[in-house]
Amino acid sequence: MDLTLSPGEEAFRDELRAWLAENNPGREPAGDEAAFEFRRSWQRKLHDAGWAGVSWPKEYGGRGATLVEQAIFNEEMVRARTPSVANVLGLAMGGPTVIAHGTEEQRKRYLPAILSAEEIWCQGFSEPGAGSDLASVKTRAVRQGDEWVVTGQKVWTTFAHHAKWCMLVARTNPDAPKHKGLTYFLMDMEQDAVQVRPLRQITGESEFNELFIEEARIPHENIVGAEGEGWAVAITTLMHERATLAFGLQVSVQIALRELIESAHQARGLNGAVATEDPVIRQRLAQLMIESEVLRLNAYRGLSAIMRSGVPGPEGSLGKWHWSEVNQSLTELAMEIAGPRAMLSESEQNWSYRFLRARANSIEGGTTEILKNIVAERVLGLPRMR
Amino acid sequence: MNFGFTDDQQAIKRTAHEFLEARYPAATVRRLAEDERGFTDEQWAELVELGWPGVIVPEEADGLGLGAVELVVIAEEMGYALAPSPWFSTTCAALMLVAAGTEEQRERWLGPLARGEARGTLAVWDEKAGWAPDHSEVEPDSDGKLSCVKIAVPDAAGADFLIISGADGRHYLVEHDVSDPGITLVAEPAIDPTRKLFRVELSGAQVQPLEVAPEAIARAYATIVTLLAAENVGAAQRAMEMAVTYAKDRTQFERPIGAYQAVSHRCAQMLLEVEGSRSLCYWAAWALDNEPETAPRAASMAKAYAGDAGFRVTASALQVHGGIGFTYEHDLHFFLKRTHANAHAFGDSRWHRDRVADLAGV
Repeated sequence: MDLTLSPGEEAFRDELRAWLAENNPGREPAGDEAAFEFRRSWQRKLHDAGWAGVSWPKEYGGRGATLVEQAIFNEEMVRARTPSVANVLGLAMGGPTVIAHGTEEQRKRYLPAILSAEEIWCQGFSEPGAGSDLASVKTRAVRQGDEWVVTGQKVWTTFAHHAKWCMLVARTNPDAPKHKGLTYFLMDMEQDAVQVRPLRQITGESEFNELFIEEARIPHENIVGAEGEGWAVAITTLMHERATLAFGLQVSVQIALRELIESAHQARGLNGAVATEDPVIRQRLAQLMIESEVLRLNAYRGLSAIMRSGVPGPEGSLGKWHWSEVNQSLTELAMEIAGPRAMLSESEQNWSYRFLRARANSIEGGTTEILKNIVAERVLGLPRMR
Repeated sequence: MNFGFTDDQQAIKRTAHEFLEARYPAATVRRLAEDERGFTDEQWAELVELGWPGVIVPEEADGLGLGAVELVVIAEEMGYALAPSPWFSTTCAALMLVAAGTEEQRERWLGPLARGEARGTLAVWDEKAGWAPDHSEVEPDSDGKLSCVKIAVPDAAGADFLIISGADGRHYLVEHDVSDPGITLVAEPAIDPTRKLFRVELSGAQVQPLEVAPEAIARAYATIVTLLAAENVGAAQRAMEMAVTYAKDRTQFERPIGAYQAVSHRCAQMLLEVEGSRSLCYWAAWALDNEPETAPRAASMAKAYAGDAGFRVTASALQVHGGIGFTYEHDLHFFLKRTHANAHAFGDSRWHRDRVADLAGV
């Protein structure tokens, strides 16, 4: 057991830190368009320096980093509070899916523009009638010659209004069992048959969109994997979403917790003294410190298990679920520490926003209930609920 | 970066698992739980054969000279098997002597401990003082004689010497001479029958102080709480496995109960808490051996989390078993009792969380 970084890993981290110290552009500007352009130029800067797609193989423009280096990268980016990149979904999900299931032509066609943020990607999985039960999607694709004609509706489509490509799961065989009749397409968003409408969230923002698709055209060559294999390809996308998130998420929780402790030092507790001297608040802050340490350690234990055996250990599937609970308790405690200010929506550290935003954590990227099903069935081997 | 055991540590874990599985099946654990002494000389001799009483005793004193990671590996398996044994109490005594024993004390006891010729224990809680592990008010008189009452002292009857905690972090060694009227041991009824607890009454007993070594003693206590946390990891793992097996086998309303999410999600929650406890324990053990500045925080985190999780997981496993889980005939209650007792030994979860806050400057 060695929980320190090897000299090579330390060198990787130091190189990244030095680069970030020189190049981190800081806070992004207000306004959707300005923020988007800011994120795009930040991603270009990363790409030019070889920091986009660190986990991708070198032959596809990535850095070919080891698993530990990828973890270090994700941690350091959050620790340095770098802004988001423009093509989050292309880098984290679309690219890895094309690398795993795409043809060589598709890899050459799509991967460079993902890395450079020239083409932004979005994800067309969920539908109004297909959320947790993703395999029941109703969006239909019908073949006409060399093209597929697609009609349906998608929802929770992040970044759709900036996107060139949509990772679209559609039903190509309505007669097959529901997991077998799906195909994974790359749909060009720049056509009139695709209409994007922003969805307003409880925070007032519009991170997500609805897609209305009315006879959109997709060339046959834009299928990823084979016709009817869409479910397996979609699972790859989702696994990448959950696996790559863990390291950044645990660091963001640690940062938020430090900020919360600072807030608590400035606030009053139940007994009128400083909040950190309120025994109940102290207990809950300490519990959050412990839980955030568990997030970090489980992420590293999962990584070591993958390196040793090639497959993720049981603790890997727990990360996203546990993180959502920790982040929700953290923001709930922040509101308690805020006292009467919890009724107001303005605060220096934006706790009321974070409190509301955290409600989505246990829903987005797989609800807690679905993740518990996965743990129960695939890790513990309990019978399927159906 | 490698959060896994070395080959040697894996081998210790495998040996411990196989040995304990063969020698401490549930029926044996139950018999020892109901037995007044709680272990046999033959069973102790087998542990001695494996070198376990001397895991952290230096090699020059016939020990194995290993570290906290190896201790934690064994403690986790001891918890999994729920093997009743004076191994824990003797390990506590060994840790204290290695940390702060005088040269004479180490010379006199470490070799016999490692060779299994002697056993020791650690007496922490005053009958009347606070319940935190550092709240003792015991002080010897001017002649170096000690009078006090300590409660919940593990395996005291079979111990050849006791280490007594006192005021200001001082500790004292007292030899256990059965003919000495200054020492009285009374078996106390305990919630957890797999670990025998005693009331120790000293009246003018002759004691020898250990060295004043606050940092080394703090490290010994941090190791002890990590061992208790590791026992809880093993015990909770076993209870979870029992619950999962039962949920697959038990049928109600024409389905195995594990197909109902009210049951399966309960089991998933057990895994979350068992794995979280395990990660913290391994980290604490590693820090004790490699990163002393992190060890106090890591050990308290492990104890607080595994203390709570151990009880919650075993209680949840009992709920999955329904009525049968509440019977004395079923083995589950032994695991619930051990994890519960461990949660309250050497600082409960509240005490350790408060320490976590202190250490972080909150």
